[in-house]
Amino acid sequence: MLIRIPKRSDEKESAVTDPEIYRQRRVFMQQCAAGMAGLAGGLLVGGQAQAGLTLGTPRSSPYSTDEELTPMHAATHYNNFYELGYKKEDPSRNAAALKTEPWTVEVEGYCENPGTYAVEDLVPMDQLEERIYRLRCVEAWSMVIPWVGVPLATALKKLRPTSQARYVAFQTILDPENLPGQRRNVLDWPYVEGLRIDEAMHPLTLLTVGMYGQVLPNQNGAPIRIVVPWKYGFKSIKSIVRIRFVEGQPPTAWNQATPNEYGFYSNVNPEVNHPRWSQRRERRIGEFRKRKTLMFNGYAEEVAHLYSGMDLHKYF
Amino acid sequence: MRTPTAAGWVKPALFLLCLVPVIDLAHGAWTNTLGVNPLETLTRSTGTWTLRFLLLTLLVTPLIRVMRTPALLRYRRMLGLFAFFYASIHLGTYLWFDKFFDWQEIWLDIQDRLFITAGVTAFLLLVPLALTSTRRAQRALGNAWNRLHRLIYVATFAGLLHYFWLVKADYLEPIIYASIFAVLMLARIRKSSTVNVSGVS
Repeated sequence: MLIRIPKRSDEKESAVTDPEIYRQRRVFMQQCAAGMAGLAGGLLVGGQAQAGLTLGTPRSSPYSTDEELTPMHAATHYNNFYELGYKKEDPSRNAAALKTEPWTVEVEGYCENPGTYAVEDLVPMDQLEERIYRLRCVEAWSMVIPWVGVPLATALKKLRPTSQARYVAFQTILDPENLPGQRRNVLDWPYVEGLRIDEAMHPLTLLTVGMYGQVLPNQNGAPIRIVVPWKYGFKSIKSIVRIRFVEGQPPTAWNQATPNEYGFYSNVNPEVNHPRWSQRRERRIGEFRKRKTLMFNGYAEEVAHLYSGMDLHKYF
Repeated sequence: MRTPTAAGWVKPALFLLCLVPVIDLAHGAWTNTLGVNPLETLTRSTGTWTLRFLLLTLLVTPLIRVMRTPALLRYRRMLGLFAFFYASIHLGTYLWFDKFFDWQEIWLDIQDRLFITAGVTAFLLLVPLALTSTRRAQRALGNAWNRLHRLIYVATFAGLLHYFWLVKADYLEPIIYASIFAVLMLARIRKSSTVNVSGVS
């Protein structure tokens, strides 16, 4: 067909029979059917991981910005999460395709405590903090989001990386049967990301399980993701199933796809030109005028020392 | 020339139909239902409609041949002008919402970013076509008019490049549009190679 129905009409149509509700209903039915095995345990664990559930009152943090929050609806309906579809409105529509129960994280590589961990093992729920961070996407838009989590360093210290662990590699879930975006090789699945160990241990780097006081919605990377606020958004890998301590710089998904556009570091930097987007300015979602983009997304004071002596045009 | 079947109401009706996308966008902007990033929606949507109208314009000639309805020719100019109309809004949203008429930034953008270079090229190629779209210009230019208006092939090609080069990873939609363009161009090549032989087509 030549003429595609406009997206807004799609929304109107889906309002008649919301596919998300439809799928969730199906999932619910399936869970009911499977509920015979471990009914009580299933309800308890399953209940804890449901998006929308509040996370109590996490501690506030001096690292939070006092800028105006992006409305939660915007932060949960304008997403880059290619596993759930390639358009901004796809991840929220396809959210139910991500199965977060059961969920484990494999820890491997140069550390003293490798093994299979539950989310709760990595993120002590009594130490949750709220961190209100600026999020700067490489596509020149930005948001202000109140994340809930613990410093990644808290979790990594428990895993006791050895001196050979110079980088940390992360991997997102691979589930092409359920995740619509993984049915085509738009990226080389699974999505992988990595940080230098000092970046991973930096107190700003957050191992995140919630936002806006609630459990992470699937489209925002449930049940566990990281948030690295001084780097472009794609570095903050979602729905993590594997953490590996490695010696050499690990491959990263967008860098593999288009090496001249997305570097390993991908620190927010208004001075480094990008082939697609001028990075000098950004549109804060909800605003009309564009803002000037700040060095390291405004976190220069905290993180600039990590890169002293490095040519940031070369290591972009 | 005028067949009685091509009733007087068809052209105004088609005109209104071609306005539906922009009315829909204006309504969406007014009621704030263009999604989380409405300015991006405006730019994306007008860009897509430009490409669609270019392809619709290119569809007319092969369609006349296949359906043997020369009367369709009277709608081609309007479709072409609507392509230019949507291209103008598309460019306007970029100049205003993306660059806020910062001409120095815009010039750098044209130089640095291939997809902008291609997009601006496509637009500039459409300008002379829009300017010479009147019947008077057509008569004054004679045969040159036909040659000049073949620029639409180049403009559409540049528009497709613009689309390919701006996409990050999912090339499905640009591939679909490019395939349609290829079919429409192929139809022309086949026509020009067979028309002399058979005399009818």
